[in-house]
Amino acid sequence: MQLLEGEKEQILASVDEVLKNSSKLREDLIPTLQKVQAKLGYLPALAMEKIAEGLNVPAADVYGLVTFYNQFRLNPPGKHQVKVCLGTACYMVGGDITLESFERRMEIREGETSLDRLYSLERVACVGCCTMAPVVVVDEEVEGKVTPTRVDGIMLALQDEEKKSVTEQEPNQGRGEDS
Amino acid sequence: MSSLTPKELYNKLSQEAISHDEAHQEKTRVMVGTATCGVAAGALKIKADFIREVEAKNLQDEVDIVEVGCIGHCYAEPLAIIAKPGHPAICYGHLDDGLVHRLVEDFLAGDDPSYEYAMAALERNDVFPTFEDFPRGVYEQKLILEQCGFIDARDINSYIARDGYSALAMALEEKPGWILDEVKASNLRGRGGAGFPAGRKWEACIRSKGEEIYVICNADEGDPGAFMDRSILESDPHLVIEGMILCAFAVGARKGYLYIRAEYPRAVTHVQEAIDQARVKGLLGESILGTDFSFDLEIFQGSGAFVCGEATALVNSMEGKMGMPESRPPRLAQKGYRGKPTVLNNVKTFAYVPLIIRKGAKWFKEIGTPENPGTAVFSLVGKVVNTGLVEVPMGTTLRQLIYEVGDGLPNGKEFKAVQIGGPSGGCLPETALDVPIDFDSLQDAGAIMGSGGLVVMDEDDCMVSVARYFLEFTQHESCGKCTFCRLGTKHMLDILTGITKGEGDDETLNLLEELAEDVRDGSLCNLGRTAPNPVLTTLKYFRDEYKAHILEGRCPAKVCRDLLLYYIEPPKCSKLCNVCVGSCPTEAIFTRDDGLKEIDQEKCVKCDNCLKACPDEYNAVVKLSPPVLPSEKERKAK
Ligand SMILES: Cc1cc2nc3c(=O)[nH]c(=O)nc-3n(C[C@H](O)[C@H](O)[C@H](O)COP(=O)(O)O)c2cc1C
Ligand code: FES
Repeated sequence: MQLLEGEKEQILASVDEVLKNSSKLREDLIPTLQKVQAKLGYLPALAMEKIAEGLNVPAADVYGLVTFYNQFRLNPPGKHQVKVCLGTACYMVGGDITLESFERRMEIREGETSLDRLYSLERVACVGCCTMAPVVVVDEEVEGKVTPTRVDGIMLALQDEEKKSVTEQEPNQGRGEDS
Repeated sequence: MSSLTPKELYNKLSQEAISHDEAHQEKTRVMVGTATCGVAAGALKIKADFIREVEAKNLQDEVDIVEVGCIGHCYAEPLAIIAKPGHPAICYGHLDDGLVHRLVEDFLAGDDPSYEYAMAALERNDVFPTFEDFPRGVYEQKLILEQCGFIDARDINSYIARDGYSALAMALEEKPGWILDEVKASNLRGRGGAGFPAGRKWEACIRSKGEEIYVICNADEGDPGAFMDRSILESDPHLVIEGMILCAFAVGARKGYLYIRAEYPRAVTHVQEAIDQARVKGLLGESILGTDFSFDLEIFQGSGAFVCGEATALVNSMEGKMGMPESRPPRLAQKGYRGKPTVLNNVKTFAYVPLIIRKGAKWFKEIGTPENPGTAVFSLVGKVVNTGLVEVPMGTTLRQLIYEVGDGLPNGKEFKAVQIGGPSGGCLPETALDVPIDFDSLQDAGAIMGSGGLVVMDEDDCMVSVARYFLEFTQHESCGKCTFCRLGTKHMLDILTGITKGEGDDETLNLLEELAEDVRDGSLCNLGRTAPNPVLTTLKYFRDEYKAHILEGRCPAKVCRDLLLYYIEPPKCSKLCNVCVGSCPTEAIFTRDDGLKEIDQEKCVKCDNCLKACPDEYNAVVKLSPPVLPSEKERKAK
């Protein structure tokens, strides 16, 4: 993914800040990656290079780790993150069908972020509320019993929210274009 | 060293905690269950509703509204316990804003407990039954879950006021060897899956005579259908912490870690708060309870790789490496974290320790069976009425667990299988339901105890698809270090995927079985060695279902989508209703000239929408497997 304007500076600043408080030992690699990801939402190549330098480990090792562990992401998360549970209980009542419905609506595949960075879609294993399977986490909020029809509802709500925030940000433009 | 003994110091803490707690108890307490399960069901909104209604009635000075963890009755979430002086504490389930309004008006403002909405009382009384009076009460016995959902997980006083940390105070006045003797005598077996005796593990670590020793709690909980460890950490974190401190004292460790999955943010927060509060009280850190014993804890957040639940892989990942398992020996007890002797136990294993120290090994051994003392904790999910967390004595049968504690299957469906032990476990059929739950019996039946995920499946679940699901999981999580696991599971997955599409012949199942045995025997760690279990058990118990896929192109449970199609039965379709048309995401449903609806099979993506959408009074949409339309069938018959 292309870096947005100002993103490079933000990446460098975040990595610097995390490294400042680090023991600079290899043991600190995973916590460092976690902290940087918490700040940036993902681990861009630039951040990985800088972390490798800072902790004095080969960049290939850092890349290896990041791809090994499910927690780390190489793509920026969308503004709205949807995580579909495919734990045992959810899978058994059609979690995969729910996931597919999201893929269809968002026009991306699981693990991807839409080009406008509005939506990203992931699968997770057991959110811990199997009672309400199939479960979906929309922007950190857990929602239970999400059938494909409910997927449409969720997407509509997100799209509405987007439309609203656009008109709020650019009130004149928004209204001008409409009329 | 302090001039006071640990017990004297503890008594002071305990008095503080009790008076703190009593001050609360004079008021009415509304305890809302806000573990992850509760939150998912809307518990935070219910809490807000309570606050709003209580303020509307101007009761905020008399009523405390607090958050508690999971009491295990997840099927009834969101739920709350109301403890009003003069009444037994009562639990209410399936709350919504209307019910909250009613409870505040009638019970908090008035004095009517609205028994018609109550689930159970929490203490014995003359008016209303308790959870123990439920049919399941006969079978349940809560040891480590006893306080979950009843105490304020975020306030150490709540734990101390109920004898929390008294085991530590007691033990600190004895020699470290005393703890070890008790744990050994209790025959406590590790709850992380394999059931290795905890005492023997600790003793091996002591024998290594390292200068530095580490204690690690395995809270990685990778089984994708289990959440017991998370619930315990969220709901009663101090129990686990106290267990770890006792272990550290026994083995002479000064530093310990809790390895918690990063996907469990609430558990991480609660444990961190608990560690901080324990330090302030002098129960953790330098000179614990005034003695010269010092021990501190830190959280390490796991990064979401199933294989990191394996002990050696976990240690590698803590050292900043890829989480790949090592061949053993050396065991962690000799050479673990940073190359030093390390004790690593599961969350539940540590949670039993304070109870064993407090009540004695003899007490513990009287619960369960002689070889498997104590209780088993499961997250009971899937097609069962009472889903949630359950704790039963070892030796309880699967049938009792599913039909008495779980209250059987919903919607009058037929039981098909129970999956135990997650990706490393197996699917057991009806005939195995009288197997007692313990490490050894389950293993003999082909499943494993695992870490405690238990999923009930009914006639609508396809065993091939379930086996494929677990294998896809382990295949994805295979770390790739050894060939059998890396390539063997891939090959097996390809075959299984083929079967779900109806591919294969007479030989396929034999090949699959051979491969499964090779992977089981040839893999380096237990991930690979147990990965074939779901396949082997389903092949053993449900071979006919595999055969139906291959030989007839039919999925008996109508799950495998390549082997079915959606069809609207003309006699059932009400021409006037348009719901299915609107529900279809691909515009595959159209209205025929005669007004009936029909599905364009070319366009249908088998999303299940129309089947769910079609109103109950018609139920006109059905799945057909093998995927042959009635018209085609007729043509073929001719
Ligand atoms: C692939 C794999 C995953 C495992 N996952 C877990 C886990 O999530 N939690 C756990 O406590 N033990 C897990 N174990 C077992 C650990 O290796 C280890 O035996 C256990 O944590 C020891 O604790 P115990 O003696 O208290 O059972 C796993 C083992 C394997 C092979
Ligand atoms: S399987 Fe989805 S929440 Fe547990």
